Amino acid sequence: MGFSMLGPVFKQMFKKPWTNKFPAKYQPSSTTKYLEAVGVGKAKINPPIPTPPNFRGKIKYDKDKCIGCNLCIKVCPCGAIESKPEEKKIKIYLARCCFCSQCNDVCPVKCLSMGDEFLLAGTDPYSKELIVE
Amino acid sequence: MSSEATTKTTYHIPIGPIHPALKEPVHFEFEISGERIIDVDVKLGHVHRAVEWASRKRNPVQILYLAERICGICSYCHPIAFSLAVEAAADIEVPERAEYLRVIQGELERITSHILWAGVAAHEIGFDTVLFLTWEIREKALDLTEYLTGNRVTKGITMIGGVRRDITKDMIPRIQKDLKFFKDNFQKLAHIFLDDKTFKMRSQNCGILTKEDALKLCAVGPTTRASGVKKDVRVDTSYFAYGDLDIDYITPDKLTGKINGDVYDRIITRLLEVKQSIELIEQCIDKMPAGDIVAEPKIPKLLAQLKKVNGEGVGRHEAPRGEVIHYVKLTGEDAPYTWKVRAPTYNNILPWIPMLKGEQIADIPIVAASTDPCMSCTNRVAIVNNGKHYELNKEELHRLSVEKTRRLMR
Ligand code: SF4
Ligand code: SF4
Repeated sequence: MGFSMLGPVFKQMFKKPWTNKFPAKYQPSSTTKYLEAVGVGKAKINPPIPTPPNFRGKIKYDKDKCIGCNLCIKVCPCGAIESKPEEKKIKIYLARCCFCSQCNDVCPVKCLSMGDEFLLAGTDPYSKELIVE
Repeated sequence: MSSEATTKTTYHIPIGPIHPALKEPVHFEFEISGERIIDVDVKLGHVHRAVEWASRKRNPVQILYLAERICGICSYCHPIAFSLAVEAAADIEVPERAEYLRVIQGELERITSHILWAGVAAHEIGFDTVLFLTWEIREKALDLTEYLTGNRVTKGITMIGGVRRDITKDMIPRIQKDLKFFKDNFQKLAHIFLDDKTFKMRSQNCGILTKEDALKLCAVGPTTRASGVKKDVRVDTSYFAYGDLDIDYITPDKLTGKINGDVYDRIITRLLEVKQSIELIEQCIDKMPAGDIVAEPKIPKLLAQLKKVNGEGVGRHEAPRGEVIHYVKLTGEDAPYTWKVRAPTYNNILPWIPMLKGEQIADIPIVAASTDPCMSCTNRVAIVNNGKHYELNKEELHRLSVEKTRRLMR
């Protein structure tokens, strides 16, 4: 029959929007100023939708447990992990990581795990936030 | 352009290499007389990302994640076809439960992909309300993907010899709830796509691919099935658990009783396949046996095993767009000696030629989109006529398409 979308369109007008307005309800006039205000606690961030269980976000590394076997380096598809032979530890460059969690699976002592942090964009790939060691 | 349209001479429109309706950068050259397409020429090979070359420095487990990045929509098909090839080369037996889990992931990807396509097809003819309706459903499918695999797009679920994540008992209610949502909404979608006047006007008797042409040009997937060719890797070779499931070729005559091979038939085929995928997932959940999900859970052991292999294997999988083929040769090194990928869109490009001949310029977007190539972002069409130069960009082409819909509605 004729125009089948008319019904759904009218219904849609009375529904709550699906979009979660993240990080702010309305576009701030200056994003940098808004984020500064958030930093000092003057403004609040509209929270993102929570990540699901088993989400693969920023890697967590339990340094004490690591035995320096370098197996994770062998399976990492991105070459994101560097060995520190003197210490027998590793260093992960998150800017290269593709969040596949293959290193988690292979680690014999389970000292790596995937966290749920995902806001990792930055301009400096060697910044402190983007290196896990 | 009106003065051009009245002249008798034909003129040429090059489209691409970068264009929104094309999966890979492809170059088209249309010969146009007025609004009619007289002839089409296609040139391939504009994008070479050296994915296969990059594999020479990686071991098979690393290649899984490289393969995942060949395509964002088929981020399951490529690694799974690669694992099938490696498993064939190394004689690895996949546990039965993993076979069922692989079907579930594959069918969920098909649902997501076909619904995405349905939205894009609606957009191409200027019916954007349907685009938003379909993508609302797709959002649910992505949420379910995220729930089952951890992330929305790059699933990271494939492992050579099985899968990486199990579906536990407590996850089943959520899956069933979402499947019910898909089913309810499938009815709505089918009603809109199959009964709406706008869709019928633009898609019936448009972009016809005859059965002979489909066979001759080796079209694959829904594109060929819509022309009545019974070709589907899932039925033909019964890999994974498909042999135990109730599955048949989807051709448009199942719904309408006849096969025209036009855009409308391709819409029917894809919609029916969404329904089929929902049913397949339900069957899998019912029939799935308990057991291991991967043949060799210890990755270093698996790698050592693969390093001993000397041989070659072919993996075939029915991706949402058709048959994807991976070929691997292992020669006892860390990295494979060679790896070759044949994605389904390669086969579905040549059928564009018979589809487009005789159609109008405004039909290019919907006809090209009807084979479901992936969309890239920008495009520019330059019309060169007698040394005069016009540019037809994506917006312009889209506007022409929308105008045609309006014209037909009057
Ligand atoms: S998650 Fe994957 S890409 Fe990232 S460090 Fe681990 S193995 Fe490498
Ligand atoms: S696999 Fe685990 S124990 Fe071995 S080096 Fe990597 S993090 Fe350390």
